[in-house]
Amino acid sequence: MSNLSRQQIEQLAEHCENAELQAYEITKITNDFPDMTYRDAFDIQWEIRRRKEARGHKIVGMKMGLTSWAKMKQMGVEHPCYGFLADYFAVPDGGDIKHDELIHPKIEAELAFVTKAPLKGPGIHIGDVLRATDFVMPAVEVIDSRYKDFKFDLKSVIADNSSSSRFIAGGTMAKPEDLDLKNLGVVMEVNGQVVELGAGAAVLGHPASSVAMLANMLAERDEEIPAGTYIMIGAITAAVQVNKGDSFCVRYQGLGSVSGRFV
Amino acid sequence: MDKQQISACGDELYAAMVEGKTVAPLTQRYELSIDDAYHISLQMLERRIAAGARVIGKKIGVTSKAVQAMLNVHQPDFGYLTHDMAYSQGEEMPISAKLIQPKAEGEIAFILKKDLLGPGITNADVLAATDCVMPCFEVVDSRIENWQIKIQDTVADNASCGLFVLGDSAVSPGKVDLSTCGMVVEKNGQIISTGAGAAALGSPVNCVTWLANTLGTFGIPLKAGEVILSGSLVPLEPVQAGDFMTVSIGGIGSASVRFT
Repeated sequence: MSNLSRQQIEQLAEHCENAELQAYEITKITNDFPDMTYRDAFDIQWEIRRRKEARGHKIVGMKMGLTSWAKMKQMGVEHPCYGFLADYFAVPDGGDIKHDELIHPKIEAELAFVTKAPLKGPGIHIGDVLRATDFVMPAVEVIDSRYKDFKFDLKSVIADNSSSSRFIAGGTMAKPEDLDLKNLGVVMEVNGQVVELGAGAAVLGHPASSVAMLANMLAERDEEIPAGTYIMIGAITAAVQVNKGDSFCVRYQGLGSVSGRFV
Repeated sequence: MDKQQISACGDELYAAMVEGKTVAPLTQRYELSIDDAYHISLQMLERRIAAGARVIGKKIGVTSKAVQAMLNVHQPDFGYLTHDMAYSQGEEMPISAKLIQPKAEGEIAFILKKDLLGPGITNADVLAATDCVMPCFEVVDSRIENWQIKIQDTVADNASCGLFVLGDSAVSPGKVDLSTCGMVVEKNGQIISTGAGAAALGSPVNCVTWLANTLGTFGIPLKAGEVILSGSLVPLEPVQAGDFMTVSIGGIGSASVRFT
C-alpha cells in the first residue's frame, strides 16, 4: 500500500540522496510523513537507485541491514532491511576512507556471499542460498545514516538506502561447504585493540538466512537476486563509531582479514 | 590478614560450598589483599582435598574486558578444578544438590601433555605443551551473597568456580585459529550470545600463558594431563533447573548441559 504520491516519492528520494552526496544530516522523514508505508519507503530507495544509475553509476551489489540481534537492539528496530551498493561505495582492502565525505560513519564486520545462480522468492530457504552461492568473502561495511544522531525508525532507514555508504571486500574466498558459517568467528580491532567480536550465528541464526530473507523481500517487488550478485549479510557485531585517523582490522576465522583507515 | 583469619575464611567458604549456602562478602568484613585471597582459596582447597577431592586442573577467570572493568582490575584470576567438579557431555547437572546461584559460560579447555613452569613461558611453550583443546561449559557459582563480589572475594572463593562440562571432541591446537574461532551459545533452543577466541585477553593462549607465569612465581607448575579452562568468550548466563544449553565453537566442536 502506498500513501505518498509519485511526486512526493521523487522529492524525498532527492532529499535523502542529497544528504548522502553532500554529507549533511537530515531529520527522519517519517516526522513529516507519518502515514508513509513500507512500500513508500522502498519506493524512495529504488528511486535513489534509479537516480544514481541515470547518472551513470553501476549497482555492484546488495546489502542486508539490521540483521543481528546486537544491531536490532542498538537501533531499536525489530525487522531487517535491505539496500543497494553503488560502484563508488567500494574501497579496496587496506585502503583509505575519506571521513569528510561521510557524516558519522560506523564500521561493521560482515561476510559477503557471491551468487552463481539466480535466487527468486518467495519461499527461498537457506538450502537454496547455499546451492546458489559461488563463494563467501570477508567484508567490512561502513554505514553512515543520514539521520541526525543515527536516530531513525525502520521506514526512514529503508528510504535512506539502509545507511549504506562504503564497503570493503576482503581478498579471501571460500566455498560455503568449506566453512562452518554458523560458528565462524570475527574479531574487530580498531587502532590495534579488540573492540567487538562475534560469530556468524549472530546474523539471523546463520549468515545464509540473511541472503534468503533478501530474496524473499525482493520478491515482494517481483525482483530477484541475479547470478553473480555480491551480497553483504549485515553486521555480525555491533557497529563501532570511527574517527578520522582511526585504522581498523577485522580478522575472520578461515577467511583472513580486512583492514582500512579513515583519513 | 593473619594466618588465623585466612584459615577461618577458607573454612567458612568451604562450609558454604558443602552446605550450599552463601556468606557475606569477605571484603565487607576484612581488609584483605589479593595475595591474602589466594591464601584463603588454598585453605578452602586443602579442606576439599582432606575430604577426598583430587586436583585435576585450573581455571582462569576475569579474562574479559567487561568483567575486568566490573571488578576494576587489569589481570585475570585463577582457581582449582577438582575431580568432583567434572561432568560429562549430556550429563544432567543437579543445581539443587551442587550449586547455589549458577551461571554458565562457554570456554575453550586446554588439555596439557607436558608440564609448564613459569616464569618465562611464552605462547609457543603453551601450544607445544597442549595435547588438545576442547569445547567446555564452565558453570560458575559464588558462595558470596548475590554475587556481590570484589576481586578479593572471587579469588578467595576459588575464582567463583562451580562445575564444568567438557564436550566430546578434542582438536590439536595447531588445527584451529584460537583467536578468531567463533562461539555460539544457545539456551533452550535460542541463540543468546556469540563471541570469538579473542574475547579472552586477545586469545585463550594468552590466558594459559598468564597462568603458567603467575603460578611459576610460586614454583607451581601446570602439569601434564591437567585441564585448564581458559576463560569465558561470552557474557555469563544465569541458569536454573530445567534449562538446556549448548555451546559450539568453530573448528573445535560443541558441548551441552542440562540442568535439573
